[in-house]
Amino acid sequence: MEHLLKIMTKPDNIPIVLMLGLTIFYTWFAARKGLKNDRQEVSEEAKQADKVQVWPYLVKVEFLGALLVMAILTFWSFGIDAPLEQSANPTLTPNPSKAPWYFLGLQEMLVYFDPWIAGVLVPSLIVFGLCAIPYIDINPKGNGYYTFKERKFAILTFEFGFLLLWVSLIVLGTFFRGPGWNIFMPWEYWDTHRVVALVNVDFSQFFFGVPTRLVDDTLNPMAMLIGSFIVLGWYSLGVAYYIWKRGTPVIRKLGSLRYSIVAFLFLTMMALPIKVILRIALNIKYILVTPWFNI
Amino acid sequence: MLGIVEQLRDKMQRTEVYKSIFRHSYQDTQRNRALQILDNVFLHLHPVRISRHATNIGFTWGMGGITFLLFIILTVTGVILMFYYRPAAEYAYDDMKYLMNDVAFGPLMRNMHRWAAHAMVITVMLHMFRVFLTGSYKAPRQFNWVIGVFLLTLTLFLSFTGYLLPWDQLAIWAVTVGTNMARATPFLGSEGPFGPELGMRIDNDVRFVLLGGTQVGPPTLLRFYVLHCIFLPLIAAVLMTVHFWRIRKDGGISGPDVSTKKF
Repeated sequence: MEHLLKIMTKPDNIPIVLMLGLTIFYTWFAARKGLKNDRQEVSEEAKQADKVQVWPYLVKVEFLGALLVMAILTFWSFGIDAPLEQSANPTLTPNPSKAPWYFLGLQEMLVYFDPWIAGVLVPSLIVFGLCAIPYIDINPKGNGYYTFKERKFAILTFEFGFLLLWVSLIVLGTFFRGPGWNIFMPWEYWDTHRVVALVNVDFSQFFFGVPTRLVDDTLNPMAMLIGSFIVLGWYSLGVAYYIWKRGTPVIRKLGSLRYSIVAFLFLTMMALPIKVILRIALNIKYILVTPWFNI
Repeated sequence: MLGIVEQLRDKMQRTEVYKSIFRHSYQDTQRNRALQILDNVFLHLHPVRISRHATNIGFTWGMGGITFLLFIILTVTGVILMFYYRPAAEYAYDDMKYLMNDVAFGPLMRNMHRWAAHAMVITVMLHMFRVFLTGSYKAPRQFNWVIGVFLLTLTLFLSFTGYLLPWDQLAIWAVTVGTNMARATPFLGSEGPFGPELGMRIDNDVRFVLLGGTQVGPPTLLRFYVLHCIFLPLIAAVLMTVHFWRIRKDGGISGPDVSTKKF
């Protein structure tokens, strides 16, 4: 526990503790407001739809907010010094080497995926997916007020991605990942010499007994076939759901292009935790191995 | 005594100089409250009148405004830090030591810059979270959300490029870990899918362009410095201008559509 406190109070980690507290608070705060609106005929925001003058009613709030933020920042900066370690030395690699804290979710993904997925594809898809949100969410309800009832799928999906994948993986990467990028519990000492014996197997080997490589070390076409089948099968869930639900008003209004984007992004996002579980629980390394890339 | 002060004030307010600076009196009237916003280049970012719910901190959380405030604080402290810092490998770390030990208020400026940068990453994420939860990205504000996504990534890039500048162990290794990903870029990275097939090597791929070398070194420091101090802030400023302008053009801060009676 003492060890966890030491990591939590490291100057650079204080913002992460702050972020965790703020996201939990605001998730609860917004959920409360949404559920309250859902229970009543007219939303709280609509009850306050009358106009007021910006001077002084808004400028006052902005001014006080700015003062408060600057006061907090000044005390913070007087109290805690920004870290400055030893001079840069390319020949001395610290263990663990961590990316800046906001990229730790992506660094965590490196445990489960090859760098081109964890470091390039996933961040690109996050940016693309975020940009696409306004164009694929065609539900006109819930514009300009808190609600849960009217946008269940949208809100749950976003909160899953933001809270469970982004924020909690940052927390995991900062507080629980030690030397060798091994998981250390808060009461454990960060032992640089800890060796974790991992017997990684590939998906086809584990479930079907088909090895990824043949005796002469060339790739096994059978394993590749199984792997491709699993990956394509996962994404064809989206096609199957479309065929099953194509008559419903939501899917019909969405159209096939928007639906494809939603399904692709949603299935890709959901594939991340599934691979995490496969890796942690069953030591599965790859689903599909090809000469050019592995998934 | 008070009489003299008031007389002086009245007299001053009638001078040509005063009138040329302040276009209206400060009497509390509807008209003057409106002019206070309209006649001020900084305040006229706001409309004159606004829905009451939009002044409620429980609705907006104030995170967008705080993010902008932190950007201004970062610009001011950043300019001060630039007076003491040289982006060359042989000077950078010594300049940091000098700043932290010998410059008056040096540590305060650096601490403020670093903590405001961390805070800005958090507030920009929370701003996005709030905008999502109130559905404010929906029509007609779709494109402003897209600009917001770009501003979010710019904030991360600004923070990331700044991370290298202290040129200490923390800086160089965090940036090494972060930029190692670039070599795995499909088609453009030496270790990415189809990269080697297209002739990508460690000394000509996208990571090489980013670092100005095959590892994080002095050219990287200069590159990141220029990106951090000039290129990225300029882009961010332009996008922020559009972001704020679009809020007004897209109908102001979002709120329930009271006219349709459906909310």
